[in-house]
Amino acid sequence: MGPLSTTAFIISAVAKVLVIFVGWLIVVAGVTLAERKIAAWIQDRSGPNRVGPWGIFQPIADGIKNFAKEEHIPGGASRWLFFLAPIISMFPAFVVIAVIPVAAPLPTPWGLVEVIVADLPIGFLFVMALASLGVYGLTLGGWASNSKYSFLGGVRASAQMISYEVALGLSLVPIFMLAGNVTLPEIVRQQQDALWYVLPLMVGFLFFSVSYFAETNRGPFDMPEAESELVYGFHTEYSAMRMAMFYLAEYANMVTASALMATFFFGGWDIPFWAGDNIGVAADGSIIGATPAWWVTLLTFASFAAKTAFFILVFIWVRWTIPRFRYDQVMALGWKVLIPLLVVYIAVLGGAMLALEAAGIEFGVRYALSLAGINLVLLLLIMFWLDRSRIVLGGAWRQARPQQARSRG
Amino acid sequence: MDISQLVFYTFAGLAVASSVLMITRRNPVYSVMYLVLTLFSVAAIFVLLEAHFLAALQVVVYAGAILVLFLFVIMLLNLGHEFDPDIRGKFWWVVGFGLGLVLFAELFVLARSVPEAPESDLLARLLADQGAVGMVAEPLFENYVIAVEVTGVLLLVAMVGSVVIAKRKV
Repeated sequence: MGPLSTTAFIISAVAKVLVIFVGWLIVVAGVTLAERKIAAWIQDRSGPNRVGPWGIFQPIADGIKNFAKEEHIPGGASRWLFFLAPIISMFPAFVVIAVIPVAAPLPTPWGLVEVIVADLPIGFLFVMALASLGVYGLTLGGWASNSKYSFLGGVRASAQMISYEVALGLSLVPIFMLAGNVTLPEIVRQQQDALWYVLPLMVGFLFFSVSYFAETNRGPFDMPEAESELVYGFHTEYSAMRMAMFYLAEYANMVTASALMATFFFGGWDIPFWAGDNIGVAADGSIIGATPAWWVTLLTFASFAAKTAFFILVFIWVRWTIPRFRYDQVMALGWKVLIPLLVVYIAVLGGAMLALEAAGIEFGVRYALSLAGINLVLLLLIMFWLDRSRIVLGGAWRQARPQQARSRG
Repeated sequence: MDISQLVFYTFAGLAVASSVLMITRRNPVYSVMYLVLTLFSVAAIFVLLEAHFLAALQVVVYAGAILVLFLFVIMLLNLGHEFDPDIRGKFWWVVGFGLGLVLFAELFVLARSVPEAPESDLLARLLADQGAVGMVAEPLFENYVIAVEVTGVLLLVAMVGSVVIAKRKV
């Protein structure tokens, strides 16, 4: 099978856009239900259970309700920006999925179709670019509402998202260093050849997840909409479908973040310990490695979906378990902990990679395992430092220095 | 007119229109939003030139970071103020008009001396060889590495300076 003809390419592109985006919307709707169900389960309540069996049609009911409700525009609001803000926050959340590969290439009678909407040469930078635009929706929504609570929420959103964008970008530098590439299909392929990057880049994964939690404004970092302080933060004044759009954007961001965690650190659509899915496509369109088949594509898609679902679950689980940070704690974590540690981490990792190459170890399983060892040590050190002798040394630490413990109350 | 021309004129028109709107709006928040639109359209034109990396940087750095800071500062500083025009008095109008004329003249000089276009397949070949990032990174970190380092130190000094000024008790 050679490369696609132009007509086949256009048809496949349209088909991919339709299938992937419609699928994405359904997933996002499903996640809103999942969040309410899991929250209910964690808090020992029933959750939504009236619409359909076990309440599975709740998202549809929510949609109808939000469309039918009255739109309210507060007095003195900036009408245009008030109208645009939800759209601005929804657009990046939904476009980002275009660069994520969701399954192994699919063989068709007309050629091999890669299951990714757009394999851009800048790959992940596209994700960063769009993620950095999401903040406008929140900030403008807060400003345009002409309300003090909304405004404070918007200001918090912009400060928090700028701060954590730096940490997010830095936490991905190790991946680029290891992969030597920024396109997502290439990163997935390299993880198939060696190890999932979560092992050689454990510390990077920890920091990536923390900064993405903050970037999506999910609890424990949901400062822009902290109910106990700001009523409802940046969308206090929003009602009906516009408020629902902010929610959709939040959930879409969460699904994207989960998909990115799966792609960068857990091998994307790779099925572990099985060589049957190691399909690569060379520049001239010929196939490297295993033979593609429709069932392989389905299986790899199931693997990708399972990994993504797991991280969505983690997002929800964390939100309903960990109490919200104070705002100054959020900023201190971003600027005084994550960013300096990441800079040091990048330097250490770069040194380690140079040393490994000097020792003559090629990129592969051994290389990745050596890096994993270094990362494990770093991770333990960081955990010990963040713990500040609370859990590990526990009571022993307090008894050894009773005066200090007392003075801290 | 082929499709890339159509795309170019769409985004070029958008860039010009939004930059005009940017300088004519009274409300600085609207100005910032039009500036974002301008930078976005310019990024789209970079993509047409196959400068993918530059386009991504344009959005990440300018639209995504610097202008968010602008917006942040404007929103905080302009609370409860009337939005006065920044140019006051006839003298500054004349100065502004004169500077505009100079820029316009520069544009004409530049348009008359169009540089030679690079080989048509040069960009495509570089893209296949080194990837979108490598295309920029290789010359930057090999031929111009001293300039990059010096700029880095300069920015660091500026940053430390601003932190020192901000920390000073007034």
